[in-house]
Amino acid sequence: MEKNNNKLLIYTIFYFLFLYIPVLFLPLFSFNDSNYMSFPLSGFTFRHYEDMWSKAPVFKALWVSIKVGVIASVTSTIIALMAAKAFTKYNFIGSRVSYAAVILPFLIPEIILAVSLIVIWLSLGFKLGLVPVTIGHILFCTPFCMLILISRIEGFDSSLEEASRDLGENAWGTFWKVSFPLYLPGIVASLLLGFIISFDEFILAFFLSGSDPTLPMYMWNQLRFIKKLPHVLALGAIIIVATTFIVLLAYWLRNLGQGKDKDYTI
Amino acid sequence: MLKFINTMYAKSDNVKAYTLLTPALILFFCVMMTPMLLTIAFSFFTQINMNEIDYSLTTDRYVEFFSKPLLTSLLFKSVKISFIVTLVTLLTAYPAAYYIAFYVKKNKTLWLILMSLPFWTSYLLRIFSWKIILGTKGVVNSGLITIGLISEPLGFLMYSQTAVVITLSHAWAAFALLPLYVSLDKIDFSLIEASRDLGNSRFETFWRVTFPLSLPGVIGAILIIFIPTVGDYVTPQMVGGVDGRMLSYMIQSYFGKVNNIPMGAVSAVIMLATVASITMIVSYTTKKLTQRVS
Repeated sequence: MEKNNNKLLIYTIFYFLFLYIPVLFLPLFSFNDSNYMSFPLSGFTFRHYEDMWSKAPVFKALWVSIKVGVIASVTSTIIALMAAKAFTKYNFIGSRVSYAAVILPFLIPEIILAVSLIVIWLSLGFKLGLVPVTIGHILFCTPFCMLILISRIEGFDSSLEEASRDLGENAWGTFWKVSFPLYLPGIVASLLLGFIISFDEFILAFFLSGSDPTLPMYMWNQLRFIKKLPHVLALGAIIIVATTFIVLLAYWLRNLGQGKDKDYTI
Repeated sequence: MLKFINTMYAKSDNVKAYTLLTPALILFFCVMMTPMLLTIAFSFFTQINMNEIDYSLTTDRYVEFFSKPLLTSLLFKSVKISFIVTLVTLLTAYPAAYYIAFYVKKNKTLWLILMSLPFWTSYLLRIFSWKIILGTKGVVNSGLITIGLISEPLGFLMYSQTAVVITLSHAWAAFALLPLYVSLDKIDFSLIEASRDLGNSRFETFWRVTFPLSLPGVIGAILIIFIPTVGDYVTPQMVGGVDGRMLSYMIQSYFGKVNNIPMGAVSAVIMLATVASITMIVSYTTKKLTQRVS
């Protein structure tokens, strides 16, 4: 460990301010009594929130995003759990290549995933809509969910599972009675974070959804009109607060019952 | 006999592992590989009119891509902007990651959460907040006018390549911080102490010991930032204006209002090929570099 270094500490604090302050302007201006986002501030108001509350399309888009997010995160978590189990438990031929294959969708520019899905979906003769969006989100969420689950599964002693097998429980029973309860916090974390990724995802939805906008698409469409901006600010502020809360909950869950020094990698 | 049992056991391991991996691999082949191969196939077709495509194979679309200065310049600009963004993000994030890895003793978990939290807030909203900050009537301009430093809004802030670089460097910061932190944190501090005891200055120690050992994190950060930002669509559209426009804009319009799927496919394939070749160059050079260091 190094001794103190105040210059570096000050730099780090400024860097974190740079990371956090820009996002805080959204909530700040959402309470500002003006239609423009500029200084000086002109007074406190809730009217942008009331304005948002009265708009039916907001709730329609919210419902679409929740539906897509829940289906995508549940499916991704199931696929990711099986894959995570394979990578942590077995030493098998081609494990590196398979790992790369599962991680790849996270590394490739999203726009390429999106246009590839358009090409295949239209070639098959289907119409664009929420189904291809959900499929795209499952592809996109799975690598994240798998990384979260691997970090949870790796933290456990596999001898617990072996003991269960030795005591006569079959594979299925071992999974439900021993592994599943141990993984549960990780699984819930994966569900929550997968949901957040899908909920915030824009590009795949923008290319694939046709006429049913998700919440990010609704916001994107409103951002073109200056007059409609303030209620999007209010909506954005709510989304930021809600997301932060869910993410902190997921972090807390993921570290539940594990050593204090366990590092976060995502 | 023992050898036979071992291979049998290993084989059953393979079977079990691939059974568990089946859904993930089906997802990979059906939702990613096949669509991408089909897109490559489409790049050799021709769009006749709005609804008809000529399926005879031709490389004309590639010729068309490279004969249009607009497309090649957008490709070049995408790579250039991403390169600058990667560099800026790495240089600014490195000292912070270094501080957290080597100086922070208490509440390390808190710092780690702080590092990764911005990553989870909506990408769209993070980009949008920069529009509020950099706009003509935005935070910076209206703030500077209020305190009397300038009388006219600064025009270069918004709708420029500069705006795209600033916004992307902010949006991808977590992707640099985390890999850098992880690789720095793994370094055995006694190696650094040894180097100093042997008479190296702090700078020499950093350059000869700490930095080479943190290379895996640096490479990870480069790839994880460079590859996706080349294809970024939201940021150039939101804050880039015409000056900050990137290749993603053309891909979107080929699949949207222009409706020329083969041309869109060509642009996507060329973007992917560019990204793939740069990735290979980076991994190859670093392999050589790490070999030389060790």
